[in-house]
Amino acid sequence: MEQVQTISHAGISLAELKEKCIHAIFLFCGCVSIFTTIGIVLVLALEGAFFFQEVPLTEFLFGTEWTPLFFNKSFGILPLVCGTLLTSAVALCVALPLGLIIAIYLSEFASSRARSVLKPTMEVLAGIPTVVYGYFALLYVTPLLQKIFPELLGFNALSPGLVMGIMILPMVASLSEDAIYAVPGSLRQGAYALGAGKLQTIFGVILPAAFGGIAASFILAMSRAVGETMIVAIAAGQQPQLTLNVFEPVETMTAFIVQVSLGDTPHGTLAYRTIFAVGGALFVLTFLLNSLSLWIRGRYQERYTG
Amino acid sequence: MRHSVAHNLDIPMINTASSNKQSEQPQSQTSTPCIAVRDLNFYYGDTQALFDISLDIEAGLVTALIGPSGCGKSTFLRTINRMNDLIAGTRHEGEIVVSGHEIYGKKTDLVSLRKKVGMVFQRSNPFPKSIFENVAYGPKIHGTKNKSRLAEIVEKSLLRADLWHEVKDRLGDSALALSGGQQQRLCIARALAVDPEILLMDEPASALDPRSTAKIENLIAELRGDYTIVIVTHNMQQAGRVSDKTAFFCDGKLVEYGDTEAIFTKPQQQQTEDYIRGRFG
Ligand SMILES: Nc1ncnc2c1ncn2[C@@H]1O[C@H](COP(=O)(O)OP(=O)(O)OP(=O)(O)O)[C@@H](O)[C@H]1O
Ligand SMILES: [Mg+2]
Repeated sequence: MEQVQTISHAGISLAELKEKCIHAIFLFCGCVSIFTTIGIVLVLALEGAFFFQEVPLTEFLFGTEWTPLFFNKSFGILPLVCGTLLTSAVALCVALPLGLIIAIYLSEFASSRARSVLKPTMEVLAGIPTVVYGYFALLYVTPLLQKIFPELLGFNALSPGLVMGIMILPMVASLSEDAIYAVPGSLRQGAYALGAGKLQTIFGVILPAAFGGIAASFILAMSRAVGETMIVAIAAGQQPQLTLNVFEPVETMTAFIVQVSLGDTPHGTLAYRTIFAVGGALFVLTFLLNSLSLWIRGRYQERYTG
Repeated sequence: MRHSVAHNLDIPMINTASSNKQSEQPQSQTSTPCIAVRDLNFYYGDTQALFDISLDIEAGLVTALIGPSGCGKSTFLRTINRMNDLIAGTRHEGEIVVSGHEIYGKKTDLVSLRKKVGMVFQRSNPFPKSIFENVAYGPKIHGTKNKSRLAEIVEKSLLRADLWHEVKDRLGDSALALSGGQQQRLCIARALAVDPEILLMDEPASALDPRSTAKIENLIAELRGDYTIVIVTHNMQQAGRVSDKTAFFCDGKLVEYGDTEAIFTKPQQQQTEDYIRGRFG
C-alpha cells in the first residue's frame, strides 16, 4: 500500500516536472520577444538622451532644416516627417480605395473560381522583397511617369509612393476582406428582405458593419507605409525638403537612417546619434498607429460579441 | 386523448391575445387568398426540399406552419419573398401568386416584392446602427428622404411593434444594446416600416424567454387583420394561441391544412395527429 503511494507520488512529480519544463520553455520564448522590444526601447531612449543633451527637443520637433551631416548642422526633423507623410499619403491614395474595392469584389461579387485565382496572386504580390519594388520604382515607374509629367525629377515622392501603394495593397485588401467576411450573413439577409439591392446592402449595411475592421486595416497600412524603407531609400532621393510637391525628391525618416547607417559617419558623433533620435520618433509614430488600429479593432469586436 | 390536447391548448389561450382574435373571427370565412401557391416543387441543387405544395393563404389571417425539423417550413417561407434566390443552385417549379402577381414571373420586381412581403428571422438581426436608423433604413432605401416623414414612420412602426415606450428616449443608441426580445421587436418594427402587406416570421420567438415570447405573441395578435402573417413555429401552444390556420408539413410535403382549431382537435391525417400528440407528450 505504502509502496504504491510513493510510486504514484513520484509519477505525479515527474509529470509535474515535465509540465513545468514545457511551461518554462514557452515562457522563455515569450520573454525573448518582450526583452528584445524592451532592449530596443532602452537603446533608443539612451542614445536619444545623449542626443537631446546637445540638441533641444523643440529644435528637433519644430525645426524646418535637417542638415546633421553638413558643416552647418540643423536638427529639425520636420522635413523628414514631411517626406515620410508625403510618400505615405501617395501610397495610401493608391492602396486604400483599390484595396477596399478589391475586398468588396472578392467578398461580394467574385465567383469562387475568380477568388481562388485572385487571392493567391495577391499573396505573391505581398511576398516580393521590397528592394525589388524599389528598383522597379526607380528604373521603370519613374521613366514612365516622366513621359506623362516631363517636369518630374529622377528622384521624387510620386513614383516610390505609387509603388509602395501597390506593395501594401494586398494587406489592405486581405484585411478588409476579412472584416467584410466577418459581417454576419443575417445582416445581408435582413437588408435583402427589406428590398435592398446589392449595392444598397453593401454600402448601407455591410461596409458600416465592417467599419471597425476596415479602419483598422487602413491604419495598419499607414503604419506599414510610414515604416517602409527600401522603396523610398532607393527611389525617393536623399534630400530632406519641406515640400508637398510629389515631383521633387524627398527624404523619409527611414531613408535617412539607411543613409547614416551605410555611410561613413563615425560612431559616437552627434551626427551618428541622430539615427537614434529619428528612430525613436519613427518608433513612437508607428507604435501610436498600431495601437490605434488595435483599439479600433477591439471596439469593433465588442460590438458583435456584446 | 383528443380532449387532453384541446385542454392543453385552452390554458394558454386564456391569458394571451386570443380574446381579441375571437372577436374578429368572422373575417376568416369570407377573405380572399392573398398568397396562392400551386404545385410548388423546390430544389437545393439536386435535392428536392418541397414536393407539390398547393395552398391558399388568406388575407388578414395568421397562418402557422408546423412540422418536424427539416421538413421544409423555412424553405417554403423563403419562397414567398424569394429569399431562396440568394442561395446558389436553387430552383423551383410551380407558381406562387401574391396579391394577383405571379412572383416568379419574368416581370416581377424583387424590390417591390420584398417591400410587400416583409420578413422577420429566427435570430434577431438588427443592423449595427442606431435604433432610429434601423427602422428608417427600409423607407430610406425606398426613397423617403424627408426627415420629419422618416421620424413619423419610425415612431409609428415602433409604436406598432410595441417598442416605442421602451426606446423613445434613446433612439440614437445602438440597436445592439437592446435586449434580445427588444431586438426582435425592433426587427418587426423595421419590417413594418416599409409598409408590407404580408409578414413572414420564421420562429420569431424561439430564441426568446417566455416574457419576450408573450410580447411577440401579443404583437402578432394586434397585427392580425392589418397584415397577412405566416409564422413558422415549433411550439404547438404558440401555433394554437396565435394562428387562425395551420399547415402541417412533413418531409417536404403539405400533409394537412385547415383551421387551427380543427387541426389541433380533429386532425384528418394520422401523421398530423401523431405529430401533434407527440408534441404534447
Ligand atoms: N441552404 C441550403 N442548402 C441545401 N439544403 C438546404 C438548405 N437549407 C435547407 N436545406 C435542406 O432543405 C430541407 C428543408 O430545410 P428547412 O430549413 O426548410 O427545414 P425547416 O422545416 O425549416 O427545419 P427547422 O424546423 O429545423 O428550421 C432540409 O432537408 C435541409 O437540409
Ligand atoms: Mg427552419
